[in-house]
Amino acid sequence: MKAKHQRLTLALLALAAVVIAGLLALSALKDQAAFFYAPSDVRRDGLPLGRAVRLGGMVEGGSIKRAADGVTVHFVVTDGQATTPVVFAGIVPDLFREKSGVVAEGQFQPNGSFVASNLLAKHDEKYMPPEMAGKMHETKTLK
Amino acid sequence: MMAEAGLAALWLAGALAALQLVMAAMAVARDRAEVVAAVRPVAIVQGVLALLAMAALVWVFLDSDMSVKLVVENSHSAKPWIYKFAGAWGNHEGSMLLWVTILGLAGGAVAIFERSLPERTLIATLGAQAAIALGFYAFLLFSSNPFARIVPAPADGLGLNPLLQDPGLAFHPPTLYTGYVGLSVAFSFAVGALVTRDVGPAFARAMRPWVLIAWIFLTLGITAGSYWAYYELGWGGWWFWDPVENASLMPWLAATALLHSVTVLATRDGLRAWTIMLAVVAFSMSMIGTFLVRSGILTSVHAFAVDPERGAFILALLALYIGGALALFAGRIGTVRAGTTFDPVSREGGLVANNLLLSVILGIVLIGTLYPIVAAGFGVQLSVGPPFFNKAAGPIALLLVAVMAVGPLLRWRRDDVRAVILRAAGPIVAAVLVALALLPIWPGLLPWAGLSLAAGLAVASVAPLWKRNLRRTPLFTYGMVLAHLGIAVSLAGMASDSAFTKETLVAVRAGEAARVGPYTVTLDGITPVIGENWSALEARLTARRGDGSRILRPQLRFFANPPTNTNESAILTVLDGQLYTVLGQPDGQGRWQLRLWWKPFVTLIWLGGAMIAIGGLLSLLGRVRRERRVALRESWA
Repeated sequence: MKAKHQRLTLALLALAAVVIAGLLALSALKDQAAFFYAPSDVRRDGLPLGRAVRLGGMVEGGSIKRAADGVTVHFVVTDGQATTPVVFAGIVPDLFREKSGVVAEGQFQPNGSFVASNLLAKHDEKYMPPEMAGKMHETKTLK
Repeated sequence: MMAEAGLAALWLAGALAALQLVMAAMAVARDRAEVVAAVRPVAIVQGVLALLAMAALVWVFLDSDMSVKLVVENSHSAKPWIYKFAGAWGNHEGSMLLWVTILGLAGGAVAIFERSLPERTLIATLGAQAAIALGFYAFLLFSSNPFARIVPAPADGLGLNPLLQDPGLAFHPPTLYTGYVGLSVAFSFAVGALVTRDVGPAFARAMRPWVLIAWIFLTLGITAGSYWAYYELGWGGWWFWDPVENASLMPWLAATALLHSVTVLATRDGLRAWTIMLAVVAFSMSMIGTFLVRSGILTSVHAFAVDPERGAFILALLALYIGGALALFAGRIGTVRAGTTFDPVSREGGLVANNLLLSVILGIVLIGTLYPIVAAGFGVQLSVGPPFFNKAAGPIALLLVAVMAVGPLLRWRRDDVRAVILRAAGPIVAAVLVALALLPIWPGLLPWAGLSLAAGLAVASVAPLWKRNLRRTPLFTYGMVLAHLGIAVSLAGMASDSAFTKETLVAVRAGEAARVGPYTVTLDGITPVIGENWSALEARLTARRGDGSRILRPQLRFFANPPTNTNESAILTVLDGQLYTVLGQPDGQGRWQLRLWWKPFVTLIWLGGAMIAIGGLLSLLGRVRRERRVALRESWA
């Protein structure tokens, strides 16, 4: 093979690699693009069953209830338009409290509730997940 | 006074960078001997001045000089000295100053140590380095002055985010930045070589140590960052696909590809244009990393700035440098002669496959990291999480491991497929044996493939030492063997952690016990503890396994400045894994939440990381020693 041809082959291979990366990423993104849900998204788009997703919103005032086993927490996430009941077994983050932002990772159940495997509310008191900030903004302008 | 001295040093360093750029341009364009001789000293002095500015900033932090705005916002006089020290770069302005300091020092080091490059290419390289530095000096001086005063000076500072009050923070950013900046040197070399049309093996040999240094520091930074997140955040995870983590992973992937292609260029004179391209891409990735972390686009513990103007500034620099380099590349690449050719089945072919697979992974991580940002630009809020990255990048990474195992078994130029299969027999047998042995306890598809491949890779990694005179084997061969073995060790740790971790979550009273993996953990009691600038509730846990018992003390910490709580996990490390314990909240009825993990062989992840970095170091020493020997021989001849 001549040097010129080899360069061409390598360039084509590199191009193919980039295309493969793009296709792989896109196919995975199609499944995962709607990774973040607010309670009202569910009402609009239906329940994303059988997938790990993030649910974001505010913890509704007075909704935090601890179960008798000492490790399970029930609370309600709201985005001002809709609400979703959440169950979480674990150590809640330090900044998890009523009327503050929370992002829960987990799965929706067929009855519309959400079982969280992880709660994100870490970081400092000023922290608000970027998706959250967006959602709250949207909610305010709609009102 | 110290703040003014620092600011003056910074202005002088910036002015020298401008001078360095102009002189380098004159020297390259007109070949003026007196100007050529002056470029090196200017680069050295510029580095020293940047270092002085950084030293001044560290001084005002240690001194708790509350008339400096940055100190007020990010420090507190009651803080332990090590965090005052680290606090100097635990914020936006300070970390950018650290960036440019390392950049200046790296330029100075090139000016002092680089002797193998032709003079003109070296001068062009220093010019490119000055151009990069100039942008960052301008950024600091015009939009992020770290030495700005505050009037009137408050009595005390606001404190440092307690999550950042950890020894890990003191060393993590400097390590990572050295890596980023090392790639800027590689980039400057590429620009220099393009300017003087001097792309060849000599250029590759000169560039390789810098790529190696950058790569070693990136490896260390990522490994240490992963361990830091693991024990400090108390989530029991070691990688979250957080955009900030991706910001350091992307340059590492590009640097790994560059490291392998530069070897082909240095030893076989192949892949010329590709290597130049990778040098540009690798530095682009460190710029994108800086942009992501510094722009305020991301909200994370690591992202300090929430000022869009700064993000725009870095984005403009990014566009200028990358755009300029790509334009130069497009204009000049036609004049770069093609290198020597090789057979598809050859060491070169293996390295090309390695490069392509690394590029694919890089592409996936890049898309996953930037997609939410681009989508946000169109008003769509979404986030891309671990499921995406694991699904898209995981299989490619495993394929890469397979290529990695075979690569070093191939001969340069051309090889025979049957001979290769014969040589790969040992690794294949090892992989198949492990795969079969795991079938009865099926750990899941990816961990199963990971463990089998790790076994195959481990055998394949040491194969290049087979039947060799070990005393005459060059140091860089040992480096490669150790680095590849490190990947196998890391992979085994990751697969073992994801397949065999046991978790227990309970609420217990003092005296009650919980089981996790091979351990029985008893809560002995809770006591209050006072630290230097925090108070805590500390649990005393007794972990029993067989006859032995050990005490662990996880804490719930309360910081006053700023008021924050943190969870301090307690980790017991034993030969076959780690017991990870976290204390949660009380339930109000005398019970305490405990979260316990048993993570078999999880330590292999970071042990592997350390092996990879040490492998890189051995390679570097081996290369430098050989170059010196060659240079000596030539000077005698």
